[in-house]
Amino acid sequence: MSMSISELEELARKCRVEIVKMVYRAQAGHPGGSLSEIDLLSALYANYLRAKPDQPDWEDRDRFILSKGHASPGMYAILAEMNFITKQDLESYRVLGGVCQGHVDMKWCPGVDFSAGSLGMGLSFGMGCAIAGRLSSSVRNVFVMLGDGEIQEGSVWEAAMAAKHHELGNLKVILDCNRIQNDDFCENQMRMFDIPAKWQSFGWDVKEIDGHNMEEVVEGLDFLVSNNDNPAILIAHTVKGKGVSYMEDNPAFHGAAPNKEQFKVAMVELGEAEA
Amino acid sequence: MSRMAATRDGYGQALLDMAENEKVVVLEADLGKSTKSLHFRKAHPERTVSCGIGEQNMLLTAAGLAASGYIPFASTFAIFTERAFEQMRNGIARTDLAVHLCGSHGGTHTGTDGSSAQSIEDLGIYRTLPNVVVLHPCDDVSTRVLTNQLVDLGKPSYTRTARNKTPVFYDGRESEIRIGKGVILLEGDDVAIIACGVMVSEAISAAEQLAEQGIRASVIDMHTIKPLDTDLVGKMASKCGAIVTAEDHNIIGGLGGSVAEFLSSTIPIPLERVGVKDRFGESGQADEMLDLMEISAPFIVAAAERAINRKQ
Repeated sequence: MSMSISELEELARKCRVEIVKMVYRAQAGHPGGSLSEIDLLSALYANYLRAKPDQPDWEDRDRFILSKGHASPGMYAILAEMNFITKQDLESYRVLGGVCQGHVDMKWCPGVDFSAGSLGMGLSFGMGCAIAGRLSSSVRNVFVMLGDGEIQEGSVWEAAMAAKHHELGNLKVILDCNRIQNDDFCENQMRMFDIPAKWQSFGWDVKEIDGHNMEEVVEGLDFLVSNNDNPAILIAHTVKGKGVSYMEDNPAFHGAAPNKEQFKVAMVELGEAEA
Repeated sequence: MSRMAATRDGYGQALLDMAENEKVVVLEADLGKSTKSLHFRKAHPERTVSCGIGEQNMLLTAAGLAASGYIPFASTFAIFTERAFEQMRNGIARTDLAVHLCGSHGGTHTGTDGSSAQSIEDLGIYRTLPNVVVLHPCDDVSTRVLTNQLVDLGKPSYTRTARNKTPVFYDGRESEIRIGKGVILLEGDDVAIIACGVMVSEAISAAEQLAEQGIRASVIDMHTIKPLDTDLVGKMASKCGAIVTAEDHNIIGGLGGSVAEFLSSTIPIPLERVGVKDRFGESGQADEMLDLMEISAPFIVAAAERAINRKQ
């Protein structure tokens, strides 16, 4: 049963609260990219991803690979909402022995299909999963989320070229274009010019959306799953830190935790506390 | 004259041997003609993935296949596997996915392409990765047997093969070959020469030259660099009281380093390491390279004499 637009928006809000709580508790981590991706992840997990929380290793599940694996609080939040892990597990984020390792890790956390954390690896891994799906005559899809800064890694383009060469129509990329990377805005670190044209020139089907407009997110994911002839990419224009005013569009919150006062402000802004 | 063959041909044959297992898939990065995966590709194109000249993508595509229940065998030149070292580290070793990587044309023995193609560090770097099994067989028969055993290993692996032909030792001796178990090819109790890959035949030649001086040398084929067969190394150390290692690899970090690590904390007997002395090669024929690098049989003989002289 799929969620309505307003239900998806509420799901994403609840995830945002957990993201900020996780990073605040750990006093470390990556809130900015988690908040930019979470509307996309919420809709993907709630309405599209074929997976069984009580059987996370189900062979015929859709795969989801968070290639920007440092944005793990976002993934842990949605995994908890979908019951792959518990809310209590979220408290183990960056804690010794915890299922919620700093970067998403398939050896530690149920529902994680690839141990990411080193940028530029997820699309190639997803390509292997997609070839496996085809060899197994499975209908399963492979979703890979990349960050816009991440596509500066050359290996992404090795994979982009190879995915089209092998006509992997079951391979779907969601690009979280939040325009900020570790040190600064992407345009100051490495200008990428026309990103949609780059993917088109590699033979991919491309659609652009506002990654925080839930109706557009749903349209975009519909585009991905309805297209099985060609590798396809959904380019989502997002705001880093979306939902917490002082984090929005702020490179300082790529990888930094809020202090006590900032945490209170975030909880109010996310509708979790009174002003 | 014994039969001559290249270990890479044993790899190609092994892929054909295992082809009836539908889970076996082969990945190439435009060097299948050289690594010898081309035979599998011709027979089973539907289970062969061309990755173009893109080693980083190849290794992680293999990882995705392994995570999905397939048994991937990926190959390129040893030197080019190193471009994807971090993919091997983070995507394969760390995740403990049973991807089997073969680096052909390893060592200075690969010859006239020169130093850009002569990997002298592959065994050392892969040996430092947790979970990874490292193999360097000496002939086509043992390469074929060991590669077939990888199908059931359930761990990631790296296998170095060589471009050029060397003497074959294992015709009819296939049953003696197991991953993780060194093989005693010659028995003597004055010194034990532990060698791998193309250096095994040099070690045999050295043992024959030592025999002419009345020195009885054992020769061990240590085809598994990791996990090291420490039982056998310890046994040979106790029996001979002196050990020489021989490898076509940097003297830092490879077989000699591994044996030294073990002996220094257990049976600290005289050890002499024959290997490339922390330098790069150049263009030359295989036999010329072994002489230039000071690792051919006469250098093993000299090392054995030094080790014996150092005995208490």
